[in-house]
Amino acid sequence: MSTATEAAGERDLLRFLTAGSVDDGKSTLIGRLLYESNGIYEDQLSSVRKASSARNVELDLSLLTDGLRAEREQGITIDVAYRYFSTPKRKFIIADAPGHEQYTRNMATGSSTAELAVILVDARKGVLRQTRRHTLIAWLLGIRRMIVAINKMDLINFDQQTFLSIQTEFSKFGESLRNTEFHYVPLSALNGENVIISNGCMPWYDGPSLLELLETLPTKPELAHELRFPVQMVIRPNQDFRGYAGQVGSGIVRKGQEVIALPSRQRTTIKEIFHYTQQLEEASPPQSVVLTTTDHIDLGRGDMLVSADALPAVSAKITAYLIWTSHNPLRNDTRYLVKHTTRILCGRVSGLNHKIDINTLENIESGTLQFNEIGEVQIDLQTPIFCDPYERNRSTGSFIMIDPHTNDTVAAGMIIDAKPIQAGETLEESASRVAAQSGLTVWFTGLSGAGKTTICRAVATELLAQGLQVEVIDGDVIRNHLCKDLGFTKRDRDENIRRIAFVSQLLTRNGSIVLVSAISPYREGRDAARRTIGSFVEVYVSTPLEVCEVRDPKDLYQKARAGKIHGFTGIDDPYEPPLNPEVVCNTDRESTRESSIKVVSAVLTHISSKTS
Amino acid sequence: MLYSIGKDSSVMLRLAQKAFHPGPIPFPLIHIDTGFKFREMIEFRDRTCRELGVRLIAHTNQEAKREGATPFKLGTSKCCGLLKTKALLDVLAENGIDAAIGGARRDEEKSRAKERVFSLRDPLGQWDPKNQRPEFWNLFNGRVEVGQSVRVFPLSNWTELDVWEYIDREKIPVVPLYFAKEREMLIRGEQLISMEHGIKPLAGEKTEMVMCRMRSLGCTYCTGAIRSTASTVRDIIEELKFFRRSERENRVIDHDQEGSMELKKREGYF
Repeated sequence: MSTATEAAGERDLLRFLTAGSVDDGKSTLIGRLLYESNGIYEDQLSSVRKASSARNVELDLSLLTDGLRAEREQGITIDVAYRYFSTPKRKFIIADAPGHEQYTRNMATGSSTAELAVILVDARKGVLRQTRRHTLIAWLLGIRRMIVAINKMDLINFDQQTFLSIQTEFSKFGESLRNTEFHYVPLSALNGENVIISNGCMPWYDGPSLLELLETLPTKPELAHELRFPVQMVIRPNQDFRGYAGQVGSGIVRKGQEVIALPSRQRTTIKEIFHYTQQLEEASPPQSVVLTTTDHIDLGRGDMLVSADALPAVSAKITAYLIWTSHNPLRNDTRYLVKHTTRILCGRVSGLNHKIDINTLENIESGTLQFNEIGEVQIDLQTPIFCDPYERNRSTGSFIMIDPHTNDTVAAGMIIDAKPIQAGETLEESASRVAAQSGLTVWFTGLSGAGKTTICRAVATELLAQGLQVEVIDGDVIRNHLCKDLGFTKRDRDENIRRIAFVSQLLTRNGSIVLVSAISPYREGRDAARRTIGSFVEVYVSTPLEVCEVRDPKDLYQKARAGKIHGFTGIDDPYEPPLNPEVVCNTDRESTRESSIKVVSAVLTHISSKTS
Repeated sequence: MLYSIGKDSSVMLRLAQKAFHPGPIPFPLIHIDTGFKFREMIEFRDRTCRELGVRLIAHTNQEAKREGATPFKLGTSKCCGLLKTKALLDVLAENGIDAAIGGARRDEEKSRAKERVFSLRDPLGQWDPKNQRPEFWNLFNGRVEVGQSVRVFPLSNWTELDVWEYIDREKIPVVPLYFAKEREMLIRGEQLISMEHGIKPLAGEKTEMVMCRMRSLGCTYCTGAIRSTASTVRDIIEELKFFRRSERENRVIDHDQEGSMELKKREGYF
């Protein structure tokens, strides 16, 4: 989510994270920055004065950043809090991350959108377990600039030796964190020494103050040059316009640029770049724009436009760091949902290479990951994703994992490496996936000509490509074989659906994904099928009658209107739309690919929650 | 999308236009009308919706109104509970809405600093600050169980100054109440209260013509004005740069009890 400043591209904005252990004085430091930069309003200040005098102190700045009642009662921070201040040189967003060890997941949250970290160290205590943990998480999440603020110098008489020995200890630990620059500042948040300026308490230190560093260090991390544009939504206000809306993930997109569409690998050229009512020559992160292409290509949400000369890895087998954020430990035999760019797909952790000891940075053998643990894992995905290593590209290198049962976000993931798919390998993987598959019937209902069979075919192709076992039961085909003896009375229609449901149930029980495409006009018949089969997803293809009638692929509407056939659904026989379908597709407003993506996503969600 | 007619809502509306342009905004706007809003707000709302061609669902808790719910009779806390929180939960349930987008910002109020961009609410619309999903990068988890819902706050990281600078840059129309002019106001202690909706002066109180403007917009009784001469967007931006009072200070509801916004939110207030 970009801020106004980013959207406007006008002023320099630095987003930084503050981290430290309990009692390192973080709240006081932030309070001091806000107070000194006039980031606090008078009425807030007066309420803090009131609260401070209750504690017999003049002005307790830590109370300024205090928010929730529960934490006020416990006296600890329990979540990430965001604060805002500005100086004539820059605007700042502080992600105030908690010191308490069990809330490390929030520390990772704060890091994921920060460009710099301020790590607090209590001069009396030195580098603690939490200090290392916080630094490592910030580093894993891609922060390559850190300020180590050695606080409470006033309590050790501004002793240079202590400062130097903490600096030495920290640099030793920091050496193992590749490509990272550390800046060390001795200060006292309580009396303000070296926060904004120096009052001369430490003549031995001639470096910049904390604020001077914050105002001058570069704001942006090095961005990847390759174009990555994940499609968020297809914009189709009318038949003549087809645009792809999304946020530029990395690189620059230019008018006339040759791009490749994934997964189809079609080549095309960018025709226009819309930014509201303006047309742009080029766009770059974090801009959100609508792109059109010179050729007609069928793209949907989750597909990607990329530079023609620098393709991402197309991979269903990735190696990644995971930060586990759930109280339920990681399970190897469980399918999770993986959200990567604008898509959600199914994935399984097939191997845990090792855990990382956050004190020594050493790798430890382990069978699982517990809450707040970090590990390197292998993940098998049900569909290939288009990705880059996180080190090179935050937008295509990051993902989250969701537990399909609880809907909780259970992990943050950073891609280390991705194995490109190869023909032979996919087949092998397919075989193993099939063995673990549980069955499901996907029931497409809707008027004649609504587009059921077309979507059904597209879904079948996609699921087959993912190595799943698929059967298609088409209403028309069934009518010519299994149900050749039946007509179109209500009774015969019911019997037709009953037979289809019976066959579907057998196949579903044996682990197939059964795609049924049948008008199935009556609600009761479909509900009976749902009860018989159990594992059931209803897809309502809701294309309006007028549109179906114009399409009339088999001239049936024409015949029905002419009175040549009787009891035709939608004309002289009712269609009862589903009340709670799992998916609704309207082929009048969305492309086949868009519809099929919705159905495939529902299928994956369903089978992931079944098999886990 | 929740539409409160204020400056943040005006920015949200422009962002929604941008997000779907050249297509139309695909979702309706919901306005919780307590019946105590400024007349100029309602006029502005209707004109805006007409001009942009967006669908508006205006909802009022009629039952509470019939029973005579007013801030004078019930106190602001109970009045808000009925006319805002209850009305919002009802309209979301009636329309089967499981995701509502709002313009709240983290810099507005202390309890909001820790609010997520996607804030999960239980079937009663309640927020549990200890049971929030972590949010990494811009990968939001919008999955909900039946009955649960999410409130989505795209302006989370904007400040009041950001909002006005954006309004200036994009030339976004806002309700004229934000601009200073001479208005007849009731003076109560340090507060300036509008005379709309039949507020009765207490003994010894009188009204005066005051050069003032609204810094935030809500119900007439609960939204105090500030003395100001800022009559253009640029004036407001200049004023804000020197301002040392927070935006919600003049909101009666924020102060009705200690940690009050947080309590309201736990109960389902937006």
